[in-house]
Amino acid sequence: MDFPIFHLDFIGNRALIAIIAVLHAVINHALAVGLMPVVAMLEIKGFRLLKTNPELAEKWDALAYRILFVAFLITTTIGAMTGVGIWFSASLVNPASIASLIRVFFGAWFVEWLVFVTEVVLILFYFLTWKKLKANLLQKFKHVKYGLFLSFFSWITMAIIVSILSFMMDTGNWNNDRTFLYGFLNPVYLPQLFFRTPLAMTMGGMIAMFLTLIYTRKDLEFRKVALRSISKWVLIWGPLAAAGAMLYYYMIPKSLVGNLPVAMGTLEFQNWYSQIVVIVIVAIGLVIGMANWSYFRPQTAPAWLAGVSILLVVGLMGHFERLREFIRKPYVIGEYMYSNGLRVEDYPLLQRDGVLKHANFVASKEVTDDNMLEAGRDVFILTCSRCHTTNGAVNPMTGKFTDMFGTKPWETAQLKGYIKNMHSARYFMPPFPGNDRELDALCAYIKELQTNPQPVSGAQDGLGFNKPKPSQPVAAVR
Amino acid sequence: MFLNILLQTQTIVQKDIPLPLPVPEWVLVVVLVSMFLVHILFINFMVGGSILTLVYQLLGLRKPDYDKLAYEVAQTITVNKSMAVVMGIAPLLAINTVYTTYFYTANALTGLMWILIIPLVTIAFLLLYAHKFLWHKLDNNKFLHISILATAVAIFLFVPLIFLTNVNLMMFPDKWSVVEGFLSALVLPNVFPRYLHFLNACMAASGLLLVWYFGRKDFDFEEKFPMLSRYNVRKNLYTVTFYGSVVQFLVGPIVLVTLPSQGLGWNVLLVIFTGASIAIVAMVWLWKEITGPAAQFGRHFTKIALTMGVVVLFMGSGRQLYRSNVIDPHRKLVAKKTAEYEKLVKEAQAEALKPKTTETAAATHPGEAIFQMNCVACHQVNDKLVGPSMVEAAGIYKGNLDGLMGWIRQPGKKREGPAMPAQAHLGDDKIKQVAEWVLTLNK
Repeated sequence: MDFPIFHLDFIGNRALIAIIAVLHAVINHALAVGLMPVVAMLEIKGFRLLKTNPELAEKWDALAYRILFVAFLITTTIGAMTGVGIWFSASLVNPASIASLIRVFFGAWFVEWLVFVTEVVLILFYFLTWKKLKANLLQKFKHVKYGLFLSFFSWITMAIIVSILSFMMDTGNWNNDRTFLYGFLNPVYLPQLFFRTPLAMTMGGMIAMFLTLIYTRKDLEFRKVALRSISKWVLIWGPLAAAGAMLYYYMIPKSLVGNLPVAMGTLEFQNWYSQIVVIVIVAIGLVIGMANWSYFRPQTAPAWLAGVSILLVVGLMGHFERLREFIRKPYVIGEYMYSNGLRVEDYPLLQRDGVLKHANFVASKEVTDDNMLEAGRDVFILTCSRCHTTNGAVNPMTGKFTDMFGTKPWETAQLKGYIKNMHSARYFMPPFPGNDRELDALCAYIKELQTNPQPVSGAQDGLGFNKPKPSQPVAAVR
Repeated sequence: MFLNILLQTQTIVQKDIPLPLPVPEWVLVVVLVSMFLVHILFINFMVGGSILTLVYQLLGLRKPDYDKLAYEVAQTITVNKSMAVVMGIAPLLAINTVYTTYFYTANALTGLMWILIIPLVTIAFLLLYAHKFLWHKLDNNKFLHISILATAVAIFLFVPLIFLTNVNLMMFPDKWSVVEGFLSALVLPNVFPRYLHFLNACMAASGLLLVWYFGRKDFDFEEKFPMLSRYNVRKNLYTVTFYGSVVQFLVGPIVLVTLPSQGLGWNVLLVIFTGASIAIVAMVWLWKEITGPAAQFGRHFTKIALTMGVVVLFMGSGRQLYRSNVIDPHRKLVAKKTAEYEKLVKEAQAEALKPKTTETAAATHPGEAIFQMNCVACHQVNDKLVGPSMVEAAGIYKGNLDGLMGWIRQPGKKREGPAMPAQAHLGDDKIKQVAEWVLTLNK
């Protein structure tokens, strides 16, 4: 609520956080939660054959190791760093919201960290001791256990973070029951977990299938055996993932009843929501088809099709994440803080005094006839820029108003009328938080953008307008 | 008195998050200091280990056994880098919670570089894996192989500057209004001395780690490196640690002198000098190891490692003491500002709740009030806005109340521009009232 404001005026701040977070979630689900149990399963297959058929046992073992190698390479680089990246980007994009969340969920995140440390230590052990703990059955048995522990802890990390995610979705409870436990009890927690667990297992299975198709090109006999057990895995989890998706799909509106009835009335939401069924059918359908193919005709199963179905499931997951983010609107923390980082309770004060007066990193504290554009730009940065760019690629203001009012010069009355009432017409937009004079300045700035689109810089560029100029002593310290 | 000085300068005072800390502050500070030290130790191992790998590999161009030695050191980086990342999360959580406004402000002011840490470090990690796992495949292309490592090392040498710039900038609110992005924050007086301090620590810590690593009983050194002597390699690594520590005694004072004096106090100096005196003890042992007879080599190792650990603890605590010395007065101002602001918020809320005097009674038809509440963002009475004017709509639906209600409930799309969102959430009663009012506009 009181930070210098980082802003990316081309890709937009939401895109920055979305790219990092979705990448992290996909890697976590597919390669950690989903793939680790598959690797453990393949290793156990080999372990069981160790006495009776050492040659085949070695094939299972080698395949499991090669698949783990891929997972290890990606999870300990891109996976780990995008996890940190979520913290970094959240602190840049919406510091007020992440700071508030951490004041409440510190304990949860701390526990999450402990589990995470365990997970990292286990994957290091599992991967790095694979070739050392192979001398005898007892050693191998020990190693197999690492795999099972690792699978378990990977799932636990997800189970904890889903609690925090569910809490943020279940709007309204911030004001009543701000505890970590409530996250586990709230109505969307279990549906989310029932959805994410089989989805992750399906993705893990599909990736194992894809890699097996590549790694067994020269050993078609073994491919047949290996693909059969991986396909079975997918055939068990795939339908569960579809069922979980549908359960989640039915629970989403239920979780909104009494909280955000109006969200259901918005077109954007309706479109996304109705696309779900189609996406679920297409993505999971293809996965199941592919699994059947590699079960019954392992010799002809094409790797590229496995790749395509993985991409579709990633798309399905991304769609749900987008929907989940959308449901939170217009809040970033249900009924407590709007997406613009301002608290609901700040509104009466800010609408009376103006947002500029209580902000620190602005060029002027008040709108005058001489500084309309400059003040309008600051108002834009303070109240719109968390979601909108001026004229960039994602959610540009100019694009939105062109859709509504066309390309002829916009009129102040039009803009003002819309912004004043947008919260009731488009519920996902927070109400305008400033005073009337600031709205005038914002409209002047938007009109300027229509004729003279100039990108606006954030605090990271330090161009001076976004913070007190040297000649302008900070009046805030009184 | 200090408060007054701050008040007179152009220092920005922000509002804090008006929520209580989740646990007592001292708990967070203990987590911050202790876990940060663990994190930075692994970072030291990672950066120092990468540099030593590079050095050994270059030596290996002449003497192949050094290339094998480099390969061994490279094995440690995989573990150290993963531990470094995961151990960094706890101090990150703690600093976010205790020093919210300071940390986030510094992040935003150096934002592009701050977020670039993520791709940069990811790339460095991937390069390290490529270097490690393609070692034997690239045996015939040493130039490419060493370049891969050198690129990763270059990234590792740059990224600490971003972190140091941030933790330095966060302490000085008086600089927030003058810095212009990362580069100008980078050249604040204290960043580079601290950077040198960090690099020395990397070398000293890695030297010590590898003395242990190559000294393990089950490490078959003689078998692996027939041309090298275990004693010499370990002695050289001790020397790296020794020189690293000696240079710290030169860089340390520079760090102290360049620190803005507002945070220096006897408490800081006492802790730092105590740490430095303990370091001297460790260095005496180091010296004995390096110059002593080969037969007794290694007998001081545990003592050296433990005392160095204690030194690190003192230095880390001194660092935290300095930070709290410099920030705490400002934090008092922030707390005051936050309380004042919260009071204003409460007052404005109470004011807004007071019943308004007259103006609301203006709307005559109940439907008009609903229109004013829900529709005016897109519709006006007489003119087209986003959607058509209500007068036009009244004409279209003349005598067709049900049709109009149906459209409001579930609109179709007839014109250019965005489609109207469904308004079913208003409920049938309100939809009927607003539709009736619209139809009254027919003259």
